Parts: sequence; C-alpha cells; structure tokens
Amino acid sequence: MTRKLLLDKVNVEGIAGYDVYRKNGGYRSVEKALKTMSPDEVVEEVKKSGLRGRGGAGFPTGMKWSFLAKPEGVPRHLLCNADESEPGTFKDRYLMEKIPHLLIEGMIVSSFALGANQSYIYIRGEYMYVLRILEKAIAEAYANGWLGKNILGTGFDLDLSVTPGAGAYICGEETALIESLEGKRGNPRIKPPFPAVKGLWQRPTVVNNVETIAAVVPIVNDGGEEYAKIGIGRSTGTKLISAGGNINKPGVYEIEMNITVEEFIYSDTYCGGIKNGKRLKACVPGGSSVPILPHYLVCKTAAGEDRLMTYESLADGGFATGSMLGSGGFIVYDEDQCIVRNTWNFTRFYHHESCGQCSPCREGTGWMEKVLHRLEYGHGKMEDINLLWDIQRKIEGNTICPLGDAAAWPVAAAIRHFREEFEWHVNEPKACMERNYGLVTEKTFETATA
Amino acid sequence: MSETTHSQVSFSDELLKEVNRVIGQFPEGKQKSALIRVLHIAQAEFGWLSVPVMDYVARLLHIQPIEVYEVATFYSMYDTKPVGKVKLEVCRTGPCMIEGAEKIVKYIEDKLGIQDGETTADGIFTLKTVECLGACGYAPMLQAGEKYHEHLTEAKVDELIEAYRKNPVANYMGQETNLNSAKS
Amino acid sequence: MSEQTEKIKVTIDGKLVEVAPGTTILNAAREIGGEVVPPAMCYYSSLKGSGGKCRTCLVEVSKGSEKDPRPMPKLVASCSTPVADGMEVKNKSSEKVLDARKGVVEFLLINHPLDCPICDQAGECHLQDLAFEHGLEKTRYEFKRRTFDQIDIGEYIKLHMTRCILCYRCVYTADQLTNAREHGVLKRGDAAEISTYIQNSLDNDFIGNVIDVCPVGALTDRTFRFKSRVWYTKPMDVHCECSKCSGKAVAWMIGDEIARITARKDQYGEVKEFICNDCRFNKKQKSDWVFEGPRHIDRHSVISANKYEDPIPEHTPLLNKA
Repeated sequence: MTRKLLLDKVNVEGIAGYDVYRKNGGYRSVEKALKTMSPDEVVEEVKKSGLRGRGGAGFPTGMKWSFLAKPEGVPRHLLCNADESEPGTFKDRYLMEKIPHLLIEGMIVSSFALGANQSYIYIRGEYMYVLRILEKAIAEAYANGWLGKNILGTGFDLDLSVTPGAGAYICGEETALIESLEGKRGNPRIKPPFPAVKGLWQRPTVVNNVETIAAVVPIVNDGGEEYAKIGIGRSTGTKLISAGGNINKPGVYEIEMNITVEEFIYSDTYCGGIKNGKRLKACVPGGSSVPILPHYLVCKTAAGEDRLMTYESLADGGFATGSMLGSGGFIVYDEDQCIVRNTWNFTRFYHHESCGQCSPCREGTGWMEKVLHRLEYGHGKMEDINLLWDIQRKIEGNTICPLGDAAAWPVAAAIRHFREEFEWHVNEPKACMERNYGLVTEKTFETATA
Repeated sequence: MSETTHSQVSFSDELLKEVNRVIGQFPEGKQKSALIRVLHIAQAEFGWLSVPVMDYVARLLHIQPIEVYEVATFYSMYDTKPVGKVKLEVCRTGPCMIEGAEKIVKYIEDKLGIQDGETTADGIFTLKTVECLGACGYAPMLQAGEKYHEHLTEAKVDELIEAYRKNPVANYMGQETNLNSAKS
Repeated sequence: MSEQTEKIKVTIDGKLVEVAPGTTILNAAREIGGEVVPPAMCYYSSLKGSGGKCRTCLVEVSKGSEKDPRPMPKLVASCSTPVADGMEVKNKSSEKVLDARKGVVEFLLINHPLDCPICDQAGECHLQDLAFEHGLEKTRYEFKRRTFDQIDIGEYIKLHMTRCILCYRCVYTADQLTNAREHGVLKRGDAAEISTYIQNSLDNDFIGNVIDVCPVGALTDRTFRFKSRVWYTKPMDVHCECSKCSGKAVAWMIGDEIARITARKDQYGEVKEFICNDCRFNKKQKSDWVFEGPRHIDRHSVISANKYEDPIPEHTPLLNKA
C-alpha cells in the first residue's frame, strides 16, 4: 500500500475549505513548530528528512535553508515558486487547487523556520483561478489566527500573499522569479550574488517549489526521520508525478520513491499502461528539459537493472543512457509518435520562452528551432543533424541561467538515441510527411557498467 | 476591436480599492511589485494594454512609463494590441501536441474563419496558440479568460464557443472559478 | 589606501597578479593586460549592473582557490565572477574557452546584418574586432536574418536595431546618467529590442553617451552620419569649459573640420568621463575647443591600422593574419 503524505486527504469532500481541512488535522504542524520547536529545530528536521527540492533541481532543502544569510536588522523572505510551467508538469496546480491550505500551512512553518515575516507565493498568471482559490484560503487562515500578528500567541508574525506572473516560463528560475516579483521583466540575474544573500529587494531570500513547501508539513508532524524512511537512498519521501502522454490514466500521482518505472507505467494503480495497446517508444521522465529515453532504456538501465522512480536511478548512466527525475513531468510516447516533431515542438517552446538576455540562448534556441522545423518537414540535410548537435553543445553550460541547458538537453538526447530517425527524415522526405518512423533500433552501450 | 487606443482611462472606485489592496501586499516604496497584477486588472478592464492604459498604470504606481512598456511586452499574457472579448488560447506544447492540439486549432480556425492570432469580425473571439499551460494530463486543452477547458473534442469546442458567443465575459473581478480539472 | 588592503593572488593564463578582494576575473586580467584579457561586449565598468549577458568573456576556472582548489564545473563570465585567493584561470590557454567563444561570436553574428561597409561604427566596432579574432570565415546560418526598421530617436541619435547585440549598456546609461529613462528593452527572446515603444525623442542632456557605450553600430551620431569612415578622421584630445560636464572630449577631424565629438575612451573602449549633449552635438567649431594634441588610440582594431601618429602595434591582427 502506497503511503501518501500530501494527497492522502485530497478526496475528502470540502478539503479545499478551512473547516474541513482543520478537522482533518490541518495546521497541526504550525501548532507543533511554533509552540514546541525553535526555528533551527525545524530546519534540523528538514535536514534529517533528506527532502530535496521538488521543482526540478533536486537540491537538498535543509541545506538550501541553512545557506540563508541572517544579517542583523535585515528582513528575510520566503518565496514559493508556483510558476509551474515545465511542459509535462501539472502537479503543483493540482495540489494548490485541491488542497490549498496544505501549501499555506507549509508556508507558515517554513517561514517560521527561516525567520521570514513576509512571504509570497508567486503563481503563474495563467493559474489566475488557482490564485483566487489561494487568496480565499489565505483569508480563512488570517481569520482563524494562523496568519498575521502574534500567531498562536507565540510572538511570531507572518504576512502571506499570492502574486501572479503573466506568461513567462523563465520566471520559474528563482532569480527571474524575484525580478518578476519586483515588477520587472523576468530576466534571470547574474550570479553571484545568490538569493540566499541578496534576493527579493536585495534581502536574503529562499525560493522553494510548492511541493517542497507542502512536504514540510508531514516532516514537522511526523519528524524528519520518519519521512526519510520512505524511499531509497538519497531519494527520500514521496514525490508527485504528473503523468501524461499516451497512457491510459494520465493524472497526478503521489508515489513513494521506491517503485519501478515499469510498475509506474504499466500498473493500474498508476498510468495503467500504454493507450490503445500500443508499444512504448520513448519516455521523458522529468519534464520537457530532461533527456528523452528510448524504449529500451526506460524500464531498465543500460546495465540491465530495473530502473526506479528515484533521482539516482532515473539518472543512472548519466546523459549517455540516463535522464533525470526533474520536476516529475512524466511524458510517455507510443510507437506512433515522431521524435523529430516532438524535439521541434520542445525547442519551439524554449525559443518562445528565452528571455533574450544572453546571446547563446537568445540566438541558439531560435536557430535550433528553424533547423528542426526544416528536418521535420522534409527539407533537412544530413549535415543538419551535426549542426544541431554543435549548436546545443555551444548553448549548454554557457548561459546565464539553466534555460540554456533545458533547451540543449532534449535536442542532444534526441540525436543521441534517435539519430536513425533523424536520418530517415533526411533520406525519406516524402515518407516522413506521411507516416512516423516507429521504434528505433536498440543500441548497446559500452559505458553501461561505468 | 474597433478601438485603436483608449481616450478615457481610469479605474472605478472598486478597482482602485483592489489596486490599493495589491499595493498594500508589499512594503512601503516597493509598490512596483504590484505592476504585473495591476496590468492584469487593467487588461481585464480595458480589453488590452494601449499606451494610455499603460501610462495610467505607471502613474498609479509612480514609475516611468517605459518600465511598464518593458514589462507589458515581455509577458505573453498581455495584449498590446486589441483582441476579442474572449481569447481562446490553445496549448500546443508536448503532451497537448501528442493528443491532437493541432487538430483542435485547425477546427477552431475553420469554424470561426480566422487564423491563429486573428480576431473574428464581430470582435468576440481571438484565437491564439500558447505554450504549456500545465494541463498536460488533460490534453488537449484551451484557456478562455481564466477558465481551463480540458479533454477537448470537436463537440466540446462547439459547445464552449456557443456558450461564449452568448455570454462573452472575461472580467477580472467575479470570474467563476474552475474546479473541474484534475482527477486523481 | 589600496596598499593597506590585503591583496590576493590570481593566475590567468599562467600570469600572476595581485588584486584587491572583490575584483572580478576580467578586471584582474586587465591589470595584467595584453593577450590574457578576455573580450567583453556588454560589461562596462562604470555602468552598475552591466555585464554577464553577452558571454564573450567566458573563462575556465581550473582552480577555484587555495582553500577550495576544485575547478569550477562550468565556464564563468569573467566580468561578473570575483576572484579568490589562489585562483587559476584559463583564458586563451583553454581550448574549451576558445570553442565556447567561437560559439558566442557565431550566435552574435547569425542575426547581424554584416553591413560594415555602410556602417558608421565600422573601424571602431567591437563586434567587428571580435569576429575578426574569433569568428568563422563563413556562416552556417541559412535562414532569414532578423530585421528592424531604423529609427531616429531624437534629433541626434539614430537607432539601427538590426545591428544591436542587446548588451543593455545604453539602458544602464540612461538609468544611471539621466533622471528619467525613456527607452528600454522591449519584448523578449530573439524578438527583444531596444526601443522607446512610443514615438519618443531622447533629449536628456546626457543621453548622447549611449552612442559611445554602444559596442556596435546600433546607436550612432546623426550629426556624423555617413560623413566619413572613422579611419579617415584624425582624433585629437580637446577640452572646453562646460558647466554640465568635464568638457574633456575627443574631436575627430577631417582636415581642419571637426567631423564629430566623442567622449574619451580607454583601451577597452570605455568612457570614464561622460560628456553632455552640448559638447557632443553642438560644439563643432574649432574655436569651441582647446586642442591638446593627437589622441593615442591603442585598441587593436581595424581603426589603429592606419595613419595615426603612433606606429601600428605589432599585435594588430589585421596585419599579422592578412
């Protein structure tokens, strides 16, 4: 039986409202933390839990919190990153819409831990209806004494508000988010300085994903050690996976990080297998920016071991034969899907979302999109494949923020694993407009055991 | 669609109260942080962000007009040209593409007699393809105003176009919320 | 003063230098000078917030510091990365850097019109220099290049957006030198552009400085437009009594006539003392100025490859490679 820590109450009638949420044990963690723990003890529990950032990078949350600078007399801020925009990912929206008080509860406890008295939830502008749900829940929390001055008589003050973006994937990058929250264009900042030292209004700031903040609630309630018992190795706790693509049961699933990819795709508890009885062709396990895996590397690693739904196992083999858990945007492709088209589609996304500040991303994403478009529509040349490889290589690692990498990796992985399908597009320009290539040939990897 | 700019620009008392509430969420002197939300309010009120509208917002927040122009042209949700009363924003990214977003776009184009980015002659609908809206498990989908319409079929598109034609509302205040989307 | 602060040691391409803590790698390299200095298209030392964007100054940090000798995993922008004691940096000695820089130059050029023959900036254009040193001989870009209409922003300044590399210097200049910025960066991605958005003339007293900070020919002086190629003009250090600025400038002469006035730039093309519009645009008579003598130009660019008073520097690539 899978343990759920975030979504266990999600189907309780009326859980989005304060009364039902409270009756079902809501805000217990605030009582516990504010009345019986010091801020440092909360940080300590989060460290013990092994919780890693759920937005995509997977950086240990407790460690991130301990980096926060605490100069005398300077306010600090906690910002919740609800700018969920990575294609394939829709878990945060689900959580906020279904059980908004869980996020607010997490914000209170986390703000307490960090000594922040003014916190913000930055939500993507397209989720305006979710913003309204959150604002209603925040008003309820104020009315019931969980927000405002002197919460529970402990002397801790916290103001929380939610503020929208207006259509920019880049604002999910934490310094772009901060810029946007300051009412500016979402241009990522040049680092250093890092937000932990100079963030919102040049004050020390922590930015955490919605799911990360929500996970602090069970960690405080049950203790970090209890949380760390779930999962394998450095992948502790549960993870929300947004499952989409050619599967029978798309949706948001809370998994313990110990199940196999095979179980996740084929079991009826989760995705319920490939739709229409088709064969699996490929999988993007962590949102559009992570490397795509061909069918033979999805359920097994190159070494032939079962691949698990964990940070480590999904990354097993590095970029040569592995991918990443990322934001948990799990996209499944059946045998009828075209990898070139999909790569073009993703690249168009990154081109559209590039902020334009630094030259490799601004110019490189558009160039890749044009070359991919040409290949997809049967006008490509064989050299285009190597050209693409070279462009992505010159973007990766050379940009201000990770959007450059996010744009480069899908292209690199597609060429790495599906080169024969790209070549087919060049060799069969007519056929590629009429039908799809189907499954690619399995390759063996010498690096498998490394 | 007939307007090419706005001559009279000012918020009602109710909206000014909302603007002040939003400004009040930020510390003294950080009122620029309210800009993105105030532009949403202005766009819902005036239909699109013309220069007089943006200049008005700049005055409300005590910032330079160029600071507003820079922001308004950066974010994809803002319209700096007139649009229809209801924007049909069809997601075209990744999972939505797999699930047939292109067919839905084509269907709407044919049905309304407009292309991506255009507005119907009666000024009601604007069709726009957009990037991932975070509804990948419920693809294909479109957003109209604040509402998400998911698991689209041609029949569903017919239905919602009919409904919006009768009642083309996309106001900022008092928008019905949508709790229909996700099943677990 | 500076002797009292503890200096830290940095090695760049094998050359040791001692600098004050907080110095960036780029400025440490500039203290050494010569070949170890990475090119910089967007960084401008007197403009706060500039730098980090163009990525031409990327370098490899092969040793982080004495305390933490691990190399940095990625190339870093030398203009915005502070040095640490014992740090070892590779600029020209790193294949990785040269490869990445070649990429950056290519990215900067794919949408550039390459209209040097009709561009007023030619001869003193940093992109031209950069392409000359690091670029490929031919383009791999086979698509339509991005274009914009050229516009006059006011009486004196021409904006030729098609040539812009979005260094943001002119935006910082307006922010920091004038009291109300009227132009900025609009739109995003490769559609981003420098603009006033509305038909607006920039007429602040100091706005003419955007011409001098522009590394390319995107912002040019309308009073000098098509008057001469810069290499046919002779630069003279001049000064005048000015109530608004220092009055220190360079007069670019064609024979006995002043063709244009600019601020004085250092060897990295940076203006240290900005000048006012009056000096720049309105004082075109010889009698307006006190002439100090010929201006020493030592940037190794196309411009220095002609008939100035000083001998052509030996490292001039035009001569070495041509």
